[in-house]
Amino acid sequence: MTTTSITQVLPRVLFVKRHAAMGVLGDSFVASTKFEVLKAFESPLPLPEFLADQSHPVSAIIAPVAVPVTADLIRLLPNLRLVVTTSTGVDHVDLVECRRRGISVANAGSSYSEDVADTAVGLLIDVFRRISAANRFVKQRLWPLKGDYPLGSKLGRKRIGIVGLGSIGSMVATRLEAFGCQISYSSRNRKPSFPYHYYVDVHEMAANSDALVICCELNDKTLHLINRDVFAALGKQGVIVNVARGGIIDEGEMVRCLREGEIGGAGLDVFEDEPNVPKELFELDNVVLSPHCAYTSLEGLEQLGKVLVGNIEAFFSNKPLLTPVL
Amino acid sequence: MESIGVLMMCPMSSYLENELQKRFNLLRFWTSPEKSVFLETHRNSIRAVVGNAFAGADAQLINDLPKLEIVSSFSVGLDKIDLGICKDKGIRVTNTPDVLTEDVADLAIGLIIALLRRLCECDRYVRSGKWKQGDFKLTTKFSGKSVGIIGLGRIGTAIAKRAEAFSCPINYYSRTVKPDVAYKYYPTVVDLAKNSDILVVACPLSDETRHIVNRQVMDALGPKGVLINIGRGPHVDEQELVKALTEGRLGGAALDVFEKEPHVPEELFGLENVVLLPHVGSGTVETRNAMADLVVGNLEAHFSGKSLLTPVV
Repeated sequence: MTTTSITQVLPRVLFVKRHAAMGVLGDSFVASTKFEVLKAFESPLPLPEFLADQSHPVSAIIAPVAVPVTADLIRLLPNLRLVVTTSTGVDHVDLVECRRRGISVANAGSSYSEDVADTAVGLLIDVFRRISAANRFVKQRLWPLKGDYPLGSKLGRKRIGIVGLGSIGSMVATRLEAFGCQISYSSRNRKPSFPYHYYVDVHEMAANSDALVICCELNDKTLHLINRDVFAALGKQGVIVNVARGGIIDEGEMVRCLREGEIGGAGLDVFEDEPNVPKELFELDNVVLSPHCAYTSLEGLEQLGKVLVGNIEAFFSNKPLLTPVL
Repeated sequence: MESIGVLMMCPMSSYLENELQKRFNLLRFWTSPEKSVFLETHRNSIRAVVGNAFAGADAQLINDLPKLEIVSSFSVGLDKIDLGICKDKGIRVTNTPDVLTEDVADLAIGLIIALLRRLCECDRYVRSGKWKQGDFKLTTKFSGKSVGIIGLGRIGTAIAKRAEAFSCPINYYSRTVKPDVAYKYYPTVVDLAKNSDILVVACPLSDETRHIVNRQVMDALGPKGVLINIGRGPHVDEQELVKALTEGRLGGAALDVFEKEPHVPEELFGLENVVLLPHVGSGTVETRNAMADLVVGNLEAHFSGKSLLTPVV
């Protein structure tokens, strides 16, 4: 326990699960002179006992997606005043309960929006141009044996429908514009400051697109938003890229469509039940798979650390949160 | 025109073969086991050669074909054609510029992201079941990194335009400064490599640019720098590249071209910081068809006395 004076104690921030960034950045990932980090993962005690063992209460929690902030968890933290997530998405936080108890919530903002947008574009190019499949072909020594690799599909002038035009979606759009793609989007609300064609209905956008890129948040309206009808509208040459949340796509239906050639390909960073990925996808060359790491560049995570620290420090100095959600 | 002999050097596009067959007497060089006999048999009927990045028209072939009037290349690169002899003999040469610019530039960016963010390795990680044992390691961000382009022609410019959308500062090396260009010019490739995170080869292959990426350039690029080659294999000293990568002196490489395609140095297969492609820069259905249309269009124009569409010589 650190004290700045006899009566003053630094706010305590609970860190339940070790974050991937700490493997490289160590404790400096979330370090500050203005608060104390309580690393529950370093203790052998189960969380309730670990918390009971502390002499001073926890007032903030760092919540990665793997540690849902449920009503039960909040009950273990009666002095909780702030939740900071390490993701942009807050679907793992019980916002209703937080609101009820007056707990503030901040997210990762756009710390790694660029990284996710870069990955979305990378996956799209990979599927259309068969980069991962052709790399496998060469590394398996097949080039001298089998000759030319099958042709891919040109990205230029393709119609790309972006589902969700938030910070990630808009960055995907500006990147793809430079490749000569025609951008349209579907979002909760029209965004007049963007020059792209707006579709109220994702199904209609799919019917008029060569590829869909999923960049929206997961909530009850977007759960299984991409379903059988959307895949049918997207069509046999259509490609889907998902860098948002697995639950936005009806995964079983997508697997069926891919296996039966009802859509043309997929680039997927997220799945409904991570780290489990439907084995049927492993047989397919027109699918590129990624283990939910669209956001994990070293630079992006350094930026995330800064935003986490910045939010916590701001809150406990009674300043506005940098990236408030609640 | 059906009696005009057109010699196609190797398989490159079945669409092109069909279109040429409809209009000319198409002779497929690769189907003949005895090349010299083949040439002897057809030497007086061959008036055109269609080549590509693998096989073109060298001095020997040109000298074996006394009736040769035009070489129409299914590529933009001309390194497989002896331009000097063509000029001397009045043989016309055409290529396929512009139609493949976008595809090659798209692939260059796709390779950068695949390399820095380890997309191919990520895919392998998932397929092998390793994700169940733990997360993939951290990778390197692309947006904002400096991109150094060797050669700011059509393809180099298209790569720059795309990289700018990722907030990348753009540097370039060219034989001369380009006055209307906002990018930073470096007078030598070593300087360019020293000041760039990502080095992209996008210039034509000539005697001057052979091994333009040599050991010195690779050392300047360094253990955090990466090399992207969408030009020609001989642009890079391949033996030095293998050493630089296996010794950790170079951060990584993504290569679409090699010195002796389809041969790729064995040592590269096991490296996770290397992406290898089988020369697919222009490899889309749309672009190969557009290239084929240009080849056919140029030949038709020539043999009906009209202006060539995309002449080089």
